[in-house]
Amino acid sequence: MKPAPFTRHVPRTVDEVVSALAEFAPLDGRILAGGQSLVPIMAFRMARPAHLIDINEVEGLDRLAVDGDYLSIGARVRHGAFHKPVIDGPLGKLLAFVVSHIAHYPIRMRGTFCGSLAHADPASEWCLVAATLDASLVVKSVRGERIVPVTDFLEGIMSTSLAEDEFLAEARLPLLPDDTKFGFYEFSRRAGDFAMSAALVTYRLVDGVIADAHVGIGGAEDRARRILEAEDVLNGNAPSPDLFVAAGEAAANAIEPLEDIQTTAEYRCDLVRAVTRRALERSLL
Amino acid sequence: MTVHTKGSGTTWVGRSIRRLEDPALVTGRGRFTADMPATHWVRFVRSSVAAGTIENITAPERAGIVTAKDLAKLKPIRPMLSKFNYVAVGQPILADGVVRFTGESIAAVYAPSKDQAEDIADQVEVEISEGAPLIDAMDALAEGAPLVHADTKHNVIVEGRIATPGFEDVWKTAHKVLHVEARSHRQNATPMETRAGHAAYDGSTGRVTLTCTTQMPHLTRTAVCDILGIPESDLRVVAPDVGGGFGQKMSLAPEYVLLVWLARKLRSSVAWTEDRRENLIASFHSRDQHVQLEGAFDKSGKLLALRGDIVANIGAYSCFPTTCGVEPLMALAELPGPYDVRAYDCRSRGVMTNTCPMAPYRGVSRPVITFVLERLMDKAAAAFGIEPTELRRRNLIDKFPYTSATGLVFDDGSYKETMEMAIKAIDLDAFRKRQKIARDAGRYLGIGFATFSERTGYGSPAFAARGMEITPGFETVYLTIDPSGFVEARIGSSPHGQGLRTSLAQIIADEIGIDPEFIKVVHGDTDRSPYGWGTFASRSLVLSGGASLLAAQKIRAKLLKMASHFLEAAPEDITLQSGSAHVIGTDRSVTIASMARAAYHQTHIFKGEIEPGLTETGTYDPSGTFSNACHVAIVEVDIETGRVEMEKFLVVEDAGLIINPMIADGQVHGGVAQGIGNALLEEIIYDETGNILTSTLADFLPPTTHEIPEIELHHVETLTGNSITKAKGLGEGGAIGAPAAVISAINDALSPFGISIDEMPATPQRIRAALRSSGKLPSNGKLA
Repeated sequence: MKPAPFTRHVPRTVDEVVSALAEFAPLDGRILAGGQSLVPIMAFRMARPAHLIDINEVEGLDRLAVDGDYLSIGARVRHGAFHKPVIDGPLGKLLAFVVSHIAHYPIRMRGTFCGSLAHADPASEWCLVAATLDASLVVKSVRGERIVPVTDFLEGIMSTSLAEDEFLAEARLPLLPDDTKFGFYEFSRRAGDFAMSAALVTYRLVDGVIADAHVGIGGAEDRARRILEAEDVLNGNAPSPDLFVAAGEAAANAIEPLEDIQTTAEYRCDLVRAVTRRALERSLL
Repeated sequence: MTVHTKGSGTTWVGRSIRRLEDPALVTGRGRFTADMPATHWVRFVRSSVAAGTIENITAPERAGIVTAKDLAKLKPIRPMLSKFNYVAVGQPILADGVVRFTGESIAAVYAPSKDQAEDIADQVEVEISEGAPLIDAMDALAEGAPLVHADTKHNVIVEGRIATPGFEDVWKTAHKVLHVEARSHRQNATPMETRAGHAAYDGSTGRVTLTCTTQMPHLTRTAVCDILGIPESDLRVVAPDVGGGFGQKMSLAPEYVLLVWLARKLRSSVAWTEDRRENLIASFHSRDQHVQLEGAFDKSGKLLALRGDIVANIGAYSCFPTTCGVEPLMALAELPGPYDVRAYDCRSRGVMTNTCPMAPYRGVSRPVITFVLERLMDKAAAAFGIEPTELRRRNLIDKFPYTSATGLVFDDGSYKETMEMAIKAIDLDAFRKRQKIARDAGRYLGIGFATFSERTGYGSPAFAARGMEITPGFETVYLTIDPSGFVEARIGSSPHGQGLRTSLAQIIADEIGIDPEFIKVVHGDTDRSPYGWGTFASRSLVLSGGASLLAAQKIRAKLLKMASHFLEAAPEDITLQSGSAHVIGTDRSVTIASMARAAYHQTHIFKGEIEPGLTETGTYDPSGTFSNACHVAIVEVDIETGRVEMEKFLVVEDAGLIINPMIADGQVHGGVAQGIGNALLEEIIYDETGNILTSTLADFLPPTTHEIPEIELHHVETLTGNSITKAKGLGEGGAIGAPAAVISAINDALSPFGISIDEMPATPQRIRAALRSSGKLPSNGKLA
């Protein structure tokens, strides 16, 4: 339970981060943010980075603020920052609701929003939020900066489009219109465990019918993503129990379920059907 | 809510005094093995494959490494059983040419720090030519299956059968026959503190002190010395504060033998702290059983006969000292449980596989057999169209002593009374109404009852029936009032969280008239404690408590004699209370402290009529006593996801006289929590290659406070002649009854679907799969 030997680098600025990354990434270097996923994996020696570039001392990366029409979340912003709504309106409430499902309190005080995205665990609640809300990710390297839509960022199980020398400096979540409704539901074996399926939905009611529906599913496929088939079922229709059942059915039919020794594809689809409908039911509470 | 039949009074026994062990533990002053500094730290190189032959071991240059060839003079661990077709197999301290399970130690490396030791271990390369592993016991039973140990004829190494005369004649008279095919999956006891050992060589005496997280210090000493071929006087074994054991720490860890050997070789101190992954893959496992059970009932629902077949997967080796017979033979002897059934025919086998060895875990086989037997009773109740409790009412034993079909003698108990109390306390009729309303609304609530007996506090006669070469039994207590007037009780039991120091102090206090706070209970040190068997099998309160009482009675008699001398009164006119001897009805008294001083320093005043000193010995070896309880679980099953929500748990427990109600409640709470985990969450999963997929606590899932509901607890106190303190054991009962109650409740909830969940743990995946197979599952969540 002791990690393999490594060298820790402690940059103070973003420039130092990217130059350290340029130098050490080719030598098996990785970013260390909250360490709540990376450090346990290192303790099991399943990951053996030779260099860790620790960004916990970098100035400015703890910035959490509204810039125009999006919420900017810096690479050092911890899960715990969202325990209370960070902004007025539905987005702050949504994040505060979702965050309570992430692991346990001590982990939330250390782990980071961007770290979750960069780690890209399929069951990550923040990956689900980013996917459902069409987040943009600000990626930096010595080569400059690029802004990547979440659909191009999340590539698979613990896999992203980050190049070796790039780090995720900031996540941008679009602000939600004030009349946005949202619902979240996740299924896990115990409180705080990885979700075996989770659903996040947002939509607006325009003249009593659903508009701009986003249905995100996490924990069920190799990455969190919006399920357009379920959104199509919802848009243009008034909320009803039957509609929500139909949306759950559409989501279950649309996914390519992950399987493991305990969880068959059929069971994963059962869960997706249930969590989707329940997230929708909760959106009306 | 907790209701006690007793909770205060003029005696110390029966009162919920605060635990004497807690001030140190809750202020961070507990002393645990892993806290000790050492010169060398050991890391074990463990097999990554389940079966194979070691071709080559390559270590980095100058690494401190031990392999089997260094240990050629050591005997293997070879626990013996003289019955039940037992085949003795040996376990080498380090794998000697052959590996038999994933996680088996192949080499030990040592270095000045844990980190360095792990780095070196990482660089040790082991070439293994892989064989075909046997993982499931049923595969190991198959004709032509490979042998886990080449020197045996087959993989069954222990087999017992009990058949009552005339069984078939009784069977033929059955009105109904019910059948259960049950599966209990493999579990790990998961104590909070993993195993740890520290061996320090003393240059001046040549002795080694082994500090380790054991439940059995003296047996550890005996075993290690036998294997190394050294006198027991050359080894001291200390169990300091131990953070839970649940049976996993009562079997000999080969790792400890290695530590003592290495400390002697290096003439230094060496230490090892097991990490959680090692604990989950290579410490002991339990409960991996297949059970077939058939019950024959007459027209009235009376159980006439039981026919069973038990297959216990005992892993790659036989555990010391109980042997691998512990699970299959316990199941064989105790399967009929608390029910009056005269005809019994059962076969039980322990089968070797390429998996981690089995060892006792809280309840041993009884959580499994209780779950299976209670499934049978529930199925029978359904077949007869009566409440499950009514069927139990017709079958529970109620005349004592009762000699079972397997020859066990049940002392006085309250099998029916506890169930009737539970029915009333949970309000079964009200629940049935609530259940119906919920069902109509598409919600599935269920209630489950488990009634069971728990054999506790048994001495050598009971263990002798098993034919173990090492037959546990007696406990001894040395009780001393020293010249300072303080009391020291040195015990052979080895508590590790049970609060035994407090409970024994309460028993002693009442006898000798000295408050518990002045009574120190010393345990877990072979230099200080009398030879004893440690703490397991719900025995310590009964045996050590009985021995404490016997020793205290002798001290009391001596104190009265001394007081009679000082106070010039007859001993029968004197009482001992609050540290003094008083002449009843007068104001004449003398302090016990001053008498203690005189017993050592003023012996001449007794003119040879009283022996000097104030130490007495008590030894107790009883036949054993049966505790009993009724557990009730209320659950809600989410039929869409298969998830089980625990709504409520209720226990009516009869463990005889309760010494400290708070401690007794804590034992039941902890056992129930573990039982709920067993029923719903905990499972060690091997893949087909013998690799463990549940090697972290993110995959192997003990319950947390979120998963444990309110537990309502009631006590009945049946006073037995089989325990001189009138206390029965209760360490395991919580874990024995809870799985059965939970699984029964799940089946009750799902009764509209006509399915039966006969598997433990009842995971959401399994429940949902069973629901799907019912064909009665509509997509809108409501029954068709």
